[in-house]
Amino acid sequence: MLNRQGRPTQAGEASHEEHLTFTGNKALQQVEPLIFEIGHHESTGVDIDKPAPFKSRLGKHARQGEIGLPGLSEPETMRHFVRLSQKNYGIDTGLFPLGSCTMKHNARLNEKVARLPGFSDVHPLQPTSTVPGALDLMLELARYLMTLTGMPAVALSPKAGAHGEACGMMAIKAAIAAKGEGATRNVVLVPESAHGTNPATAALIGFSVKAVPARPDGTVAVEDVKALLGPDIAAIMLTNPNTCGIFEPQIVEIAAAMHEAGAYFYCDGANFNAIVGKARPGDLGVDAMHINLHKTFSTPHGGGGPGAGPVVLSERLAPFAPVPFIHVENGKPHLVESRGEAPAGNQPFGRMTAFHGQMGMYVRALAYMLSHGSDGMRQASEDAVLNANYIRAGLSDLMSLPFPDHPSMHEVLFDDEWLKGSGVSTLDFAKAMIDEGYHPMTVYFPLVVHGAMLIEPTESESKAALDLFIATLRDLAIAAKGNDKERFTSAPHHAPIRRLDETRAARSPVLKWEKPAAAKAAE
Amino acid sequence: MRYLPLTDIDREDMLARIGVSDVDALFSDVPAGKLLKAPVDLPRAKGELEVERILGKMAGKNTAASAVPFFVGAGAYKHHVPATVDHLIQRSEFLTSYTPYQPEIAQGTLQYLFEFQTQVAALTGMEVANASMYDGSTGTGEAVLMAHRVTRRRKAVLSGGLHPHYTAVVETLSEMANDEVVALTPDVSASEDILSQIDDSTSCVVVQSPDVFGNLRDLKPIAEKAHAHGALLIAVFTEVVSLGAVVPPGAQDADIVVGEGQSIGNALNFGGPYVGLFAAKSKYIRQMPGRLCGETVDSTGQRGFVLTLSTREQHIRRDKATSNICTNSGLCVLAFTIHMTLLGQTGLARLAEVNHANAVKLADALAGVEGVAVLNDSFFNEFTVKLKKPAAEVVEVLAAKGILAGVPVSRLLPRAGLDDLLIVASTEVNTDEDRAALVAALVEVL
Repeated sequence: MLNRQGRPTQAGEASHEEHLTFTGNKALQQVEPLIFEIGHHESTGVDIDKPAPFKSRLGKHARQGEIGLPGLSEPETMRHFVRLSQKNYGIDTGLFPLGSCTMKHNARLNEKVARLPGFSDVHPLQPTSTVPGALDLMLELARYLMTLTGMPAVALSPKAGAHGEACGMMAIKAAIAAKGEGATRNVVLVPESAHGTNPATAALIGFSVKAVPARPDGTVAVEDVKALLGPDIAAIMLTNPNTCGIFEPQIVEIAAAMHEAGAYFYCDGANFNAIVGKARPGDLGVDAMHINLHKTFSTPHGGGGPGAGPVVLSERLAPFAPVPFIHVENGKPHLVESRGEAPAGNQPFGRMTAFHGQMGMYVRALAYMLSHGSDGMRQASEDAVLNANYIRAGLSDLMSLPFPDHPSMHEVLFDDEWLKGSGVSTLDFAKAMIDEGYHPMTVYFPLVVHGAMLIEPTESESKAALDLFIATLRDLAIAAKGNDKERFTSAPHHAPIRRLDETRAARSPVLKWEKPAAAKAAE
Repeated sequence: MRYLPLTDIDREDMLARIGVSDVDALFSDVPAGKLLKAPVDLPRAKGELEVERILGKMAGKNTAASAVPFFVGAGAYKHHVPATVDHLIQRSEFLTSYTPYQPEIAQGTLQYLFEFQTQVAALTGMEVANASMYDGSTGTGEAVLMAHRVTRRRKAVLSGGLHPHYTAVVETLSEMANDEVVALTPDVSASEDILSQIDDSTSCVVVQSPDVFGNLRDLKPIAEKAHAHGALLIAVFTEVVSLGAVVPPGAQDADIVVGEGQSIGNALNFGGPYVGLFAAKSKYIRQMPGRLCGETVDSTGQRGFVLTLSTREQHIRRDKATSNICTNSGLCVLAFTIHMTLLGQTGLARLAEVNHANAVKLADALAGVEGVAVLNDSFFNEFTVKLKKPAAEVVEVLAAKGILAGVPVSRLLPRAGLDDLLIVASTEVNTDEDRAALVAALVEVL
């Protein structure tokens, strides 16, 4: 029966049977509709006074009709986004062992200083005479990066790691062209175990890609590289420490072989955090390497970005660095913003992005480096490596190591050999970790091993946190090998949402909210 | 070191459990002689107070936009951002999360990405949008590459009204990949003949509106000519607030729309991080670069969101991928989405109206100054003036007086012979006093 407002008057009349609760909410886990379902076109959460009447200069370009965007009041906005945040896992929530992604402590000091108006509230095109402190900061960041890598030059402007890869490879391409070999040197070697961004980057800027096989021990052998060398080889893109968590033992020989063949050595620096203060890429023969400031020097990852990907360059590549860059003359920093303004000896290959790069990330990274200091950064690398090997020692009797012959650097790689016959996949195991309150490790990467599980604890985990993590994973591993398959294949059970159908999302993509047909018809 | 939880006793204990005598045994793969014996030559660890002092001192040397009358634009804009935005993006679970590879515990990120995609599609009048690019300029480069993939042609025609830095980004990419670029001469009156540049070998035409000089451009005839020749129209904007007041590119039959989203929710940051907006007709989804978030259901039938169509992406397609992009601008997207949610279309339209009103007032005031000529017929919140002295010099003199007057065209286009032109932007933050100060200073200087 319904009352006059059309509401049910007896228990059971409401259509909530599919949920455990009437509303679908579970205590702190709130079902949160989309803003398009709760907002109104008339609502707004800002108070802006109507301007006094004036004569528009938009001409015939003035917009007619609705934009189709709802608004929410300030309290509604606050509640909506707070509730959304509660459905997320972050490094502040708990251990986030995503190998290759490096989720370490994000100090709030970094956030505080990045928000100083002298950094956050300055425009990239205001006169450089009004931003000497910003130029100082860029120079200081550059000095830190060059010192840590042992490289003579750095290009700051790339906006993310992959953008940095493009920058480094463009510098290589420009250097090859300057030697008159542009037409012939057009092949880039990329190991099978490389990040997918490496071959994508090489292809993006017009190189063709040749794969270097991975050795059974997870490393790249200099003989394999040498066998592929020829006058057509422009460069190799090698990750070090590599994506299997191993420091490439033959890196110096590989670099020398590349140089001897007239080619260049691009190092993917995504895993630089394992060796900061312990080894310098410049000493290994690297010509170009990007540094993910957001990983190595802990700026917030914010759901996938923003990143920042400065590139350090060898003497041979330095002249080709893109604009803008800071040129110091007579002790005075000067911003070079176009190719034509470049001082003698420089042949910038072009421009990567509209302005000077990710200033907000520079501030955070420098705050991190100042806080740690040379001693702290070295200690951080050692602790990251120690933590990874501690996890390895705690789990390797239960879980299989594809490459047992090398120590793990900052991350330890397991495969799914140990799960054989259990009916539990790597993905199932990862989802079961969610039920235990952990973000899963990186799964199915690197591609060179079957069912990869790449665990990176970083230096910011305590021994107690690692001990609990190891104990939990041991219990899970024993359950997975026992007869507890269902616990894994239907996991997660306790997340805000159960396992999602990714195939359906890809087969019939729904990429934005559409007004339901009934509401459309009613209009 | 306050960020490192391990104690020396922990370290010893752990090394013993691993079965090595010291930590350098774990670095045994580093070639002999390459392992550093001592810390590098940089200062040692500093406490929080000291770091704050050092960075505070650097920041204090810069002139913040909010401290002075401020009219600088040309690709980045000073707007007021509600306090709620910064508070919310600093929620731990947003700030310290990663790319949502595990959707069951990343619904917060995924839902706002889905909301963002819907907002961008609505704003631009397009069918689909991706989950962000680094910024407007790199997005423009990606749009050109996408057009090359769609049309299987490799010649891009760039309007002279495209932001010169955007042009440079496209040229850099194209030079590397041996693609052809026809960039028209910068023309402050927007009277360029772009139609005659379009032929059967053209992959795309890239036109910015409002253009870098502030002119609003009619995109429809360009779309028509482009389509007649099998080419795509890429519409670019650097000021997303303009979409609250002007006809969106989707209504003018653009195929791809790219723009800078910094104005909504994001600070100036001396150039970054910003957020690139990218939208297209849905038939081109599979050629779109970057991340996409899609709706689906969980095993109980409940709605949820996941990253989708990843078969376009670098981690699967490797050297055949649609782009090398891995990171997006997640947190900047969140700031955008929150600010846009607070505005709604009512607030956005009002914000755009105030921006335009302030710019009109400024243009009228400047037109009354001797030695200043306003060059635009139509504009949104930015326009170009011709000064009787070199603009860079005037800007420098005014900066010394504590007024940031705008961007000299010569800063963007050195040696283009446009040294007397100044690009002036005005937003809701400008007051009558700001305008009066600029006018008075110009009267004095010119």
